[in-house]
Amino acid sequence: MMIIRHRNIFFAITGVLLLAAVISIFTLGLSLGTDFTGGVLVEVSYESTRTSVEVVSDSLRGFGLEGFSLRESGDLGYTLRAGALTDEQRGFLAAMFTIGDNDARIDQLTEVGPIIGVELRNKALIALALVLTAILFFIAFAFRKVSKPISSWIYGLIALVTLAFDVLIPVGFFAFLGYLTGAQVDVLFVTAVLTILGYSVHDTIVVFDRTRENLRLNEERNKKEEFGDTAGRALGQTFVRSMTTSLTTALALAALFLLGPESTRDFALTLLVGIIAGTYSSIFLATPLLVSVERYLGKRK
Amino acid sequence: MLQKRLIALVILLVGAGIGWWVYSAEVSGSHPFKLGLDLSGGTQLVYRAELSGIPGEDVRDSMDALRDTIERRVNLFGVSEPIVQTQRGGTFAGETEERLLVELPGITDTQEAIRLIGQTPVLEFRLMKEGGQPTGAPEENVNDFFEPAAITGKDLQGAKLEFLQTMGGVPNEPVVVLDFNSEGARTFAELTGDNVGRLFGIFLDGTAISIPVIQEAIPDGTAVISGSFTAESARELARNLNYGALPVPIELIATQTVSGTLGAEAVGKGIVAGIWGVAAVALFMIIWYRLPGIVAVCALFLYMLVVLALFQLIPVTLTAAGIAAFILSVGMAVDANVLIFERMKEELRLGKSTREAIGEGFSRAWPSIRDSNISSIITAIILFWFGTSLIKGFALVFAIGVLVSMLSAITVSRTFMLALGIDAKAGLSKLLFGSGTQV
Repeated sequence: MMIIRHRNIFFAITGVLLLAAVISIFTLGLSLGTDFTGGVLVEVSYESTRTSVEVVSDSLRGFGLEGFSLRESGDLGYTLRAGALTDEQRGFLAAMFTIGDNDARIDQLTEVGPIIGVELRNKALIALALVLTAILFFIAFAFRKVSKPISSWIYGLIALVTLAFDVLIPVGFFAFLGYLTGAQVDVLFVTAVLTILGYSVHDTIVVFDRTRENLRLNEERNKKEEFGDTAGRALGQTFVRSMTTSLTTALALAALFLLGPESTRDFALTLLVGIIAGTYSSIFLATPLLVSVERYLGKRK
Repeated sequence: MLQKRLIALVILLVGAGIGWWVYSAEVSGSHPFKLGLDLSGGTQLVYRAELSGIPGEDVRDSMDALRDTIERRVNLFGVSEPIVQTQRGGTFAGETEERLLVELPGITDTQEAIRLIGQTPVLEFRLMKEGGQPTGAPEENVNDFFEPAAITGKDLQGAKLEFLQTMGGVPNEPVVVLDFNSEGARTFAELTGDNVGRLFGIFLDGTAISIPVIQEAIPDGTAVISGSFTAESARELARNLNYGALPVPIELIATQTVSGTLGAEAVGKGIVAGIWGVAAVALFMIIWYRLPGIVAVCALFLYMLVVLALFQLIPVTLTAAGIAAFILSVGMAVDANVLIFERMKEELRLGKSTREAIGEGFSRAWPSIRDSNISSIITAIILFWFGTSLIKGFALVFAIGVLVSMLSAITVSRTFMLALGIDAKAGLSKLLFGSGTQV
C-alpha cells in the first residue's frame, strides 16, 4: 500500500499542515465572541444605503458607548460589539444607528452577562474533554478483542492523536478566517469542532474496523502477514468509501455554506474544513501511525 | 422474491403516506414544524433570581412561584406560545445561580419585552433585625437591617384597594390590603405572634413602602400596606399584585432578540440550501453507483421524510443550527449505503453472484456502521448537555438523523436491493451495478 510505504512523506505533510495551523493560531490569534466574553452583539441593517462608519461611530459615542467595535456586514449592515448596555442605551439602540431619515433596523441583539460567558467557556472546555475521553474509551471498548499485535488502547490513543489534528486544523483555519472577516469564536464554532470530532472518529473507526476484520480473517486462515500489509490492505479497501462519504457530506455542507442562512455560514465553512481534515487524517495519519507504533513496539521486544 | 417485492412496495407506499402526512400536518397546522426564536423571530430573556437569605429548602418553591407569576404575566399580554422555565446555572463559573428563562416569540423589541416582564412587582416581607435602625440613606443595604421573614410574595392570594377610616369617620387614606392564602395566613399568624413589638417591613421592588410595628398576632391572614399612596397609585399596585407578585427580585443577565425578517430569511435560505444539498448528494450517488445509487436515493428520501415527521411529532424546536444539522445529516446519511455498496462491489470482484454479494455486503458492513454511528451519537449527547437552547436543537436533530439513517440503510436499502432481484453476471446487471471503478 502506497500510503503505508511512504508514510514518512505523509507524516511530513501532516507536520507542515499542523505547523501552519499552530502558527495561524498563535500569530493571528482567536478572538472570543460575545457568547464567551459577555457583552453585546448587534446586527443592524439599512433599507437602501448604509450610513458611514464615522458618522455611526460618532453617534454611538454620543450615546455613551465606549470601547466598541463596529464592522460592516453584508452590503447594508453593521455588526456592533460592545460591553454591557444600560437600560437607556438599549432603548435607543435603533436610534443610535438612525442618522437623518435613514432608518436602521435591529436584526439581531444578543446580550450576555459575564457569568454566563465564563460558564459557557468552562462548559465548552469540559464538553471537549468529555468527547475526547468518551471516544478513547469507546474505541478501546469496541476494539477490545483485537489485542494482537497491538493493544486496543493504542487504537484509541491514535484516534485521539488524529482528533487533535482534526481540531487544530479547523481552529487554525478559523483564526485565519477571523483575521480576514472578523469571525469570532462562538457557541456555534465549538459545536462545529465537537461535530468534527464525532465525524472524524467515525471515519477513523471504519478504517480501523477493517484492520480488525483483516486480522481476524488472517488468524482464521492461519495466514502470516506483516501488520503493515494487513493495515495497508484495510486502508485500500476503505479508501473509496472514505472519499465518497466525505464528498457527499462536503456537497451538503457546500450547499449550506453557499446558499444557507447567514448565521450558519461560518459554521458550515468550519465544518467543511474539519470534514476534509478528518478524512485526510483518517487515511493519511491514523493507519500509518498505527503501523509505525506497531513497528516500534515490535522492535523493542 | 415476490414477497420481497411486496415488502418493497409497502415501504414505498408507507413512504408516500408519511410524505403526505408531513405536508398536510404542516399545512393544516395540526402538527406544524416548531421554529426556534432565531427562525420565528422573538426575544429570549434570562434572569438571575436574587435568593440570598432564602433558606435552601425554600429555593425550589420560590423559583416555582417565580415561574408561575411570570407565566401569568406573559399570558396576560397575549404572547403566543411563550416559554418560561427555571434553570440552574453558574455551576461552571464558580457558584450556582437560579435562573429564569423567558422566551417570547413574536416580540422583537427587546426593550418592550423587558418592560413587559419588569411590570411584575416584587413583593418581599422582612423583619427588622434586633437593634437595627436604618437612617434612610439611599445607599444603605436593606440586608444590614432586615432579615427575610418566613412569609413571601408567593403566599399572596390577592390584593385590594381600601380607604382607611380616620378620625371623624371619613374614609380618606388609600391603603392596599393583602390577602394571604390559607398557608400564608397560618405562617403570618405565627410570625406576627412570635414577633410582637418588632418592625415588619413590606418591600415593593426593593424599596420599603411600609414598616409597621407588629402590635399583636394577626390570625385572619391580611396585612395592610399604608404609605403615601394616592387612590390611583394604590389601585394600580393592587391590580399589579393581583396578577401576581414575584417572591424574590430578579436581575436580567442575558437577552437575545432576532427580528422576524431575519428569521424568515434564514428559513427560506435553509430550505433552498437543503434542496440543493439533497439534489447534489442524490445526483452524485446515482452517477457513482448507478442502480444501487437510485436505491440509496430512495432510502435517503424515505430517511428525510421520517426525520421530518419526527420533527413534527416530538416536536423538535428547529433552529438555524438544527437545519444545518439536518443538511449535514443528509450528507452523512448515505454513508451507511456507501459502506454497504463498496463492500458489495468487493464481493462481486471476488466472483460472488450479485445476490450473494448483496447479502455479504450488508452483513459485513454492519459492524463498521454500528461502531461509527455510536461515536456520532456520543458526540450528540455531549453537545446536547453543553448547549444553549439553540445548540440543543442541533444536537437533537443530529442524533435523530444518525439513528434514522442507520435504520433506513440497513432495512430499506436492503429490501429494495433484494427486491430488484437481479442475479445474473450478464452485461446489463454489471453495468447497472458498476461504478466509476471497474467491477
